[in-house]
Amino acid sequence: MDDQNLVLVKNLKIEGLADEKWIPIVNGIDLHLKKGEVLGLIGESGAGKSTIGLAAMGFTREGCRISGGEIYFDGIDLVNADAKTKRSLLGKRIAYVAQSAAAGFNPAHRIIDQHTEGPVQHRVMSVQESRNDAIELYRKLQLPSPKEIGFRYPHQVSGGQLQRAMTAMAMSCRPDMIVFDEPTTALDVTTQIEVLSAIRDIVEQFDTAAIYITHDLAVVAQMADRVKVLLKGDQIEEADTVTMLSDPQEEYTKSLWAVRTFKRPTKPMVSSTTTPIVSLKGVNASYGKTPVLENVNFNIHPGRTVAVVGESGSGKSTAARCIVGLLPPTAGDVLFNGIPLPAHYKKRTKQDLQKIQMIYQMADTALNPRKTIFEIIGRPVEFFLGLRGKEKRRRVEELMEQIEMDPMTYIDRLPSELSGGQKQRIGIARALASEPSFIICDEVTSALDQLVAEGILKLLANLQDSFNLSYMFITHDLATVRAIADEVVVMKNGEVIEQGLKDDMFQPPHHPYTELLLSSVPEMDTTWLDTLLESRQVDKTVQNH
Amino acid sequence: MSSIFGIILRRIVLGVLTLFVVSLLIFASVNMLPGDFAQAILGQGATPEAVESIREDLGLNKHPVQRYLDWLGGIIQGDFGVSFAQANFAEYGGTSVELGGIASVADQLAPRFKNTMFLAGVSAAISVPLSVMLGILAALYSNSVFDRAINISTLSSISSPEFFLAYILILFLAVLNPIFPSLSNVYEGMTFWEKLDRTMLPALTLTLIVTAHMMRMTRAAIINLMASPYIEMARLKGTAPLMIIIRHALPNSLAPIINVIALNLAYLITGVVVVEVVFVYPGIGQLFVDSVKVRDIPIVQACCLIFAASYILLNLLADIMTILSNPRLRHPK
Amino acid sequence: MILVYLIISIVGIFALGWLFRWTGQKISWPKEEWNIYFRDMSYLVGVGFIFGVALILFTLYVYFILQIKFFVWGVQLLVICGVSGYIFRFLGRRIGTEGSRKLFRSMPVTAAFGILTVILYALLAVFADFIAPYEQDEIFEVINALPGGNPDLGGDPRFLLGTDQLGRDLLTRLIYGAQNTVGIAFATTVFSFLIGITGGFLAATLGGWVDQVLSRAVDALMAIPQLIFALLLMTIATAWAGSNKVMIMVYMVLIIAVLDSTRVYRLSRAVGLNIVVMDFIEAAKVRGETLRYLLFREILPNAMAPLLAEFGLRFCFVFLTISALSFLGIGIQPPLADWGTMVRDLAQFINFAAFSPLTATLPLLAAGAIALLTVAVNFIVDWVLHKSSGLKS
Repeated sequence: MDDQNLVLVKNLKIEGLADEKWIPIVNGIDLHLKKGEVLGLIGESGAGKSTIGLAAMGFTREGCRISGGEIYFDGIDLVNADAKTKRSLLGKRIAYVAQSAAAGFNPAHRIIDQHTEGPVQHRVMSVQESRNDAIELYRKLQLPSPKEIGFRYPHQVSGGQLQRAMTAMAMSCRPDMIVFDEPTTALDVTTQIEVLSAIRDIVEQFDTAAIYITHDLAVVAQMADRVKVLLKGDQIEEADTVTMLSDPQEEYTKSLWAVRTFKRPTKPMVSSTTTPIVSLKGVNASYGKTPVLENVNFNIHPGRTVAVVGESGSGKSTAARCIVGLLPPTAGDVLFNGIPLPAHYKKRTKQDLQKIQMIYQMADTALNPRKTIFEIIGRPVEFFLGLRGKEKRRRVEELMEQIEMDPMTYIDRLPSELSGGQKQRIGIARALASEPSFIICDEVTSALDQLVAEGILKLLANLQDSFNLSYMFITHDLATVRAIADEVVVMKNGEVIEQGLKDDMFQPPHHPYTELLLSSVPEMDTTWLDTLLESRQVDKTVQNH
Repeated sequence: MSSIFGIILRRIVLGVLTLFVVSLLIFASVNMLPGDFAQAILGQGATPEAVESIREDLGLNKHPVQRYLDWLGGIIQGDFGVSFAQANFAEYGGTSVELGGIASVADQLAPRFKNTMFLAGVSAAISVPLSVMLGILAALYSNSVFDRAINISTLSSISSPEFFLAYILILFLAVLNPIFPSLSNVYEGMTFWEKLDRTMLPALTLTLIVTAHMMRMTRAAIINLMASPYIEMARLKGTAPLMIIIRHALPNSLAPIINVIALNLAYLITGVVVVEVVFVYPGIGQLFVDSVKVRDIPIVQACCLIFAASYILLNLLADIMTILSNPRLRHPK
Repeated sequence: MILVYLIISIVGIFALGWLFRWTGQKISWPKEEWNIYFRDMSYLVGVGFIFGVALILFTLYVYFILQIKFFVWGVQLLVICGVSGYIFRFLGRRIGTEGSRKLFRSMPVTAAFGILTVILYALLAVFADFIAPYEQDEIFEVINALPGGNPDLGGDPRFLLGTDQLGRDLLTRLIYGAQNTVGIAFATTVFSFLIGITGGFLAATLGGWVDQVLSRAVDALMAIPQLIFALLLMTIATAWAGSNKVMIMVYMVLIIAVLDSTRVYRLSRAVGLNIVVMDFIEAAKVRGETLRYLLFREILPNAMAPLLAEFGLRFCFVFLTISALSFLGIGIQPPLADWGTMVRDLAQFINFAAFSPLTATLPLLAAGAIALLTVAVNFIVDWVLHKSSGLKS
């Protein structure tokens, strides 16, 4: 036994139950963590990050089991420990912060009562002591009105605040180690900053060791001392953060790092005389009585990509729904090639419908699961171009080659037999099938792993060059904007805040909100967060929702 | 806090409205009868005067809307009218006779209603605690052999007709081993224990069916609940399994479990009809079936309304409890 | 005294359960699999094992030592059901196309038994005319012949299950029951689905006032317990039909179909709503597809699995309702043979259980015929639902 290590995991193997069979999901992982050290676990979905993080706490989820290896926490064998021993450690010496605080808090109890549960049952503090301590922790984590916030119910508090309250709860017994399981994934970028800095401060202050699980490289760069890269239950490599960022050894790690470097060349400015293919003129829209869009104006020119950026609820997707005619605007016009389109899609001509197409965020719900790939792509070919029989099949095969998928292998499969990236490609092919001139891409890469997302972006860029397509690219991810956009439209609360060429947008001076948005995107630099916080001199009285 | 009362008030108004619509439905259905009551009662050979005089007394000459309002007004005052079978219409041969002194529908229903409530009460008293307990156990050990055995047996018990289970119970508990009487001869003046003894077999039959239903629903609700992240969070806080159930699962499972219970008590109302017939149990279910056979319309109408009202009431109660147990509604933003 | 035994045995089972787990953990098993299993075993699972063993021992004791007749028959029936289901599955895994074999591979024994039973019932219903020894309304001079066919015991070799109080062969009527009861229930369910699905999908896709009107009407109909409402309407229907027995049954089919379609409506509306919000429906809409294409080519294929499962459940429910009505004397009318009516007519024989067990099984046979089919269908539905829910995750 190594005395220095708080946590020591050797050759850990975990199996999961699928179809009544035990299938390996973690194949021999080694892990060690010293006191006060932060280890980042990074990998794409299905890498087994969460499973490993929980196993380090001696915990396995329903339908999982530890099939081999050893886990020691402070010298205690967690694999063979009985339930009582493990319970005496959990919450007291090892704590956990879940991905979604909104779901992790019990809706039936007040936040502070859930906070005091741990210290009281582990006999660390009395209820009153623990309450006072909770308020102190809330203050340290910069929660608004720390004296009252704990006495609210979880649904009365916003997501970012809940995530900090959960961190406070993890701290309640001053544990030796905390496992953070993607604590900021569900948050908007601007909120993410607050939570990240709060977590980092408190971990440093109490000298707590932590395992920080994430899929976001830039986040891990801010938080961890050491990084371990995982792929499908295997360990790829491990190094301290600075080395890992500057000098990755393995091919896979390098490819992960490389993603953020994809950037297509900027196109020249269009002349002011060209007719935009699509333009919104003073568009207002509302769901029922709630207004969601207010006086939205922007143009999209032929062959160019306009990225519409904003946080959730900013009205980006609503603008798209107005363009395709699913949500008729209450005021204003949508122009196509300079001619106003009827507001409702049912009133539009077949040509109008044919020329505007959409690619959706969730490929799972965008493809009819009961139809084969041939039927899915073939339908618009038949519907708009009137091709049947052999011609139709030839056209579908051609389209599949354009999206770089082998027709022979895939044409008769169902969507469920494809991977996420492949499904998204089929969605692209279906849009292409009707030979459109304008395509709306609604968060097409946000549900995908980075490498796959990069492939999709490259494909879209190539298709644009070949067919002179125009894209409206809805996204909340600024890295995507950098990679593919020509022009940028920034939206907030249903209004356009700022718009212009991409290169201008990424150069100061900015609109204050654009500034906030831009600066909140984590960068692959270990000092980024410190620099940013310094420059912002964080306002301690964060807005109260 | 005002909003939650508003929601509950709205739900109650909706319940009353439903009840009203249901009474209208029942009345309208009965008025679809061909010919009219008077003719039906007296048969072919009745003199026109006799028919006319019954019409007069039953108010059949009035407009349907007027009759509906009279009927509804009567019910609100506890008067369900007069049963055809009880009214001795032979006396209508010549002179008109006062209807007074004849047992009204309400008088006939009252003791039987008590009996039915007793039967339903006994079944509920056995089945509710049993099924909730078994349901929680099955949920905690889901996918184990225990869970599968329970799944198969409850599925079989749900899908069997009531009378099949009833006769099996009679066979084993009354005929082969005379533990309980096979005929539930319950009458006024029996002691509670005697009554319980005679009610046991029908109650057990109902219990078998309702327990199976409730158990499956409780199991589903609890499994759903135990999969929530906050339960995992509680386990990761080192909370003991028993405390997890008491502190974290129970407050949130209240709504689904109350719903399950109310739904099944409502189901009891329907199940009671067949079971009462099998065991010749003197409740409303049996009265209802008998009245349907002889087309004693006032009783059919009244029974129907009672069944529907208790059904609506139980659903209303369940909804109100669900609203009350929801923290989001109790503590609005 | 019984209480004391009970307490002792419960305490014993719990103690043995603990011992079982403890020894299991202490012993180093040759298979690593077993070591892991015992390490992760919770206390109550151990108790469950011991309880199961005790239950099996108890069954064997009653079966071989006490030899209670009905218990023995019950156990034999259970074993036959289990074994036939197992054999059916075994054969299904070897014979047939690649697809069907794959299906059988993922099937539990209960579902295999269910499918086998449904097939047998269907055969019985279709070929009742050839299988049954006599006509269903054929009356013989021998009345109330006891089953068994032994003249010394009051039987008649011509009538294996005996005759009823009018002198009709019970075996024949039992077989024809499959045709009448199952046939009528099936027709009713199909009818109720036609109404329910059309209404539900229309409400889901069109929304607006169509949805409002249909949904409120369904709410009102569902506010009265179904069996009660059916009985009320049957009272009126019998008055309309008078002595025309065929019309009574036609009315019954209509009434139950309409009342039952409310549940189908709710489900298909809910399923429809879930599908309508999917992006592929949106994509089809903005492509300009017609309502008919949306309903039948995009929505229906995706609603098939839950609707099929619901069809099984609804069939059971309709079947039970019709049987209950017949049992109460207001359903399928004589001279048509029907199981519900048979149960009512034969019910008093149950009291002969002590001296003539075979006779006492007669009402149970008819009731069991109903139960067996509904249980079988439920087993299949359970499997289908489990399968489709498992695919999602």
